Amino acid sequence: MRHTLAVLVENNPGVLARVAGLFSRRGFNIESLAVGRTENPAVSRMTIMVEADDRVLEQVIKQLRKLIEVLKVQDVTKEEHVDRELALMKVNAEPAKRAEIIQIVEIFRAHIVDIGRKTMIVEVTGDEGKVNALENALRPFGLKELVRTGKVAMLRGTRDMTTNGKEVEE
Amino acid sequence: MITVGEAVIRCLEKEGVELVFGYPGGAVLPVYDALHDAKIKHVLVRNEQGAVHAANGYARATGRVGVCVATSGPGATNLVTGIATAYMDSVPIVLITGQVPTVQVGTDAFQEVDITGITMPITKHNFLVKDPAVVPVVIKKAFHLARTGRPGPVLIDLPRDVTAAEIEFEYPEQVQLKGYKPTFKGHPSQIAQAAKMIYESTRPVILTGGGVISSGAAPELLKLAEIISAPVASTLMGLGGFPGDHKLSLGMAGLHGTRYANMAITNSDLLIGLGVRFADRVTGTVGKFAPKARVIHVDVDPAEIGKNVQPHLPIVGDVKQVLLTLLPLLSPREGGDWLAEVAGYKRDYPLEYTRENGLKPQYVIEKLSGVTRGEGIVVTDVGQHQMWVAQYFCFKYPRTLVTSGGLGCMGYGLPAAIGAKFGRPEKQVILVSGDGSFQMMMTELGTLAEQGLTLKIFILNNKRLGMVRQLQEFYYDKRYSAVDFSFSPDFAALAGIYGLSGYTVDTGAAFDAVVEEVLAGEGPALVNCLVEPEENVFPMVLAGKGLDEAID
Ligand SMILES: Cc1ncc(C[n+]2csc(CCOP(=O)(O)OP(=O)(O)O)c2C)c(N)n1
Repeated sequence: MRHTLAVLVENNPGVLARVAGLFSRRGFNIESLAVGRTENPAVSRMTIMVEADDRVLEQVIKQLRKLIEVLKVQDVTKEEHVDRELALMKVNAEPAKRAEIIQIVEIFRAHIVDIGRKTMIVEVTGDEGKVNALENALRPFGLKELVRTGKVAMLRGTRDMTTNGKEVEE
Repeated sequence: MITVGEAVIRCLEKEGVELVFGYPGGAVLPVYDALHDAKIKHVLVRNEQGAVHAANGYARATGRVGVCVATSGPGATNLVTGIATAYMDSVPIVLITGQVPTVQVGTDAFQEVDITGITMPITKHNFLVKDPAVVPVVIKKAFHLARTGRPGPVLIDLPRDVTAAEIEFEYPEQVQLKGYKPTFKGHPSQIAQAAKMIYESTRPVILTGGGVISSGAAPELLKLAEIISAPVASTLMGLGGFPGDHKLSLGMAGLHGTRYANMAITNSDLLIGLGVRFADRVTGTVGKFAPKARVIHVDVDPAEIGKNVQPHLPIVGDVKQVLLTLLPLLSPREGGDWLAEVAGYKRDYPLEYTRENGLKPQYVIEKLSGVTRGEGIVVTDVGQHQMWVAQYFCFKYPRTLVTSGGLGCMGYGLPAAIGAKFGRPEKQVILVSGDGSFQMMMTELGTLAEQGLTLKIFILNNKRLGMVRQLQEFYYDKRYSAVDFSFSPDFAALAGIYGLSGYTVDTGAAFDAVVEEVLAGEGPALVNCLVEPEENVFPMVLAGKGLDEAID
């Protein structure tokens, strides 16, 4: 089963290598990993998608927690949460095809962010399913390039996953 | 203002460090300059691998943090094998490496390696410090990490301009590591549950591991075993945590464990794992391990619980603390039929070897055990001789066996013995090595001689890589490939060159004739024991088999 892990880490150089290295050396499969800083500049947050059964998942979480620079790990898969991914798609767009593409883009509430002589860049934000669906819809036109950020996720409502106001050394 | 190099030494002093093992080089000069006038003793080894194994032996024999220092590049890479050895056996070590100046980091400068990158998977944590001001805090953190929770090696990489810089020295009393809060006390309700499971069982077995020794829980383990009348099997790392001559002792379990330990585990209805990680050497085929038992697993590292064996009751905590909470909940009970059954296993399936022909390696160990009465510290290398030590030497006290368990690192023995002797100078320190392992690090005889240490070295010389030969005998139909040494030096003569008394023996009688003299003698000595070359380590559990299916 696929799980979405939210991981708070100290914002130190090398911390990404520690996390990535852990996954590869223990044979855990990362499907996607998105990382950036949080409301606290000393803390970064990773959203990691991992394919694992319950037993492996338990190991993934425990091994992550063992890393000294990992502050918090939570499996948000079964919690009420919002997740989003952003993708940019460069699609072949001869003038004759543009209207059709624009129509598809509107249906998906995506945006066109660049138009070249023969191509357009479409930006889409949404859950994984929506991004996949748009990708499939645009593929027949000729998808020249595709880049996805990987999923980011956040719990709904008042529950949060900050470092609870505790100071983290910079 | 003092240099960071000096600050490093002051930090070590504040941590109570009395000696460091190391080897200098260009990138670590500011630290060596500070060592020149320091009270801390520096032991100059002959290869950096020797320094880290010595720090390991020192730490294992004393329970204190071992420290070693090396330069950048090749100095740092020579440490790697020793770091992995310490990591696998959870040995607290702080390593300080020099690094090229910060402006050159990342440029493939002369003698630059990314040692923090290289050692990420084999350290508990590591630091590359670019800000001189934080060095004392980092050192404080390193010691804290190395010795608390599940101990392990921590490396600090210090670029040369950082150690040359000047700072206002201040050593923090305490450090905060937000992401590091090892669980010390076990959960009370789980401990209560353990007491209940113990009373529900009729055939309990305790499996004791290295965690019992590192947490200092041997006295509590003894009480536990006696109160509930449970026999105690040990992992290799756990030997000495429970007195080997106690009637409840089953010796070592596992692939080369005693039959009675393995049978007791297989037939138990409750297995209490204390400070163990259920490594593959102990469990054999996991699916056949302790098939009738409910398992209680106590360990300070939550990630060990459920990794190899799924316990019925997990307890995360320091073994000693957990036992201190558990013991008051227990009242004495008799071992009854179960102990009688286990006594039957011991009677019917003892450890044995045939005593005819030449010098038997098992005999050498048995004799050493008898003559020393288990009072010394025994350091081993890796191979058959290591297993015979584990089987035939009666360890009675914690920290008396120093051996590379998890990594099984040949070459560990001599430098680790040097470290152990520095840590416990009042103890008889005996190294049991093989002719293969010894030749990996015999360069450290130089350190031994220079430091004037009294070690007693016994080489079980079978003129081959015995353990590998044994594997080839069983798994490759005696197609012996690259296991014979057609040349080795005369070890006794070699010992003489380094100022040790050297002996060569090839019969039991000849061994008997020298052993007491060697052990009682003042100076260091080496005994080259020419043992039966094709002796096998039995019992032996073959791949894919359960613990109770050993051959011998
Ligand atoms: C550094 C290293 N290289 C290779 C091995 C694989 N290995 C395990 S035991 C062994 C043979 C050890 O020979 P020796 O030290 O003579 O001991 P014996 O088994 O003969 O007692 C070898 C090569 C190892 N454990 N460590």
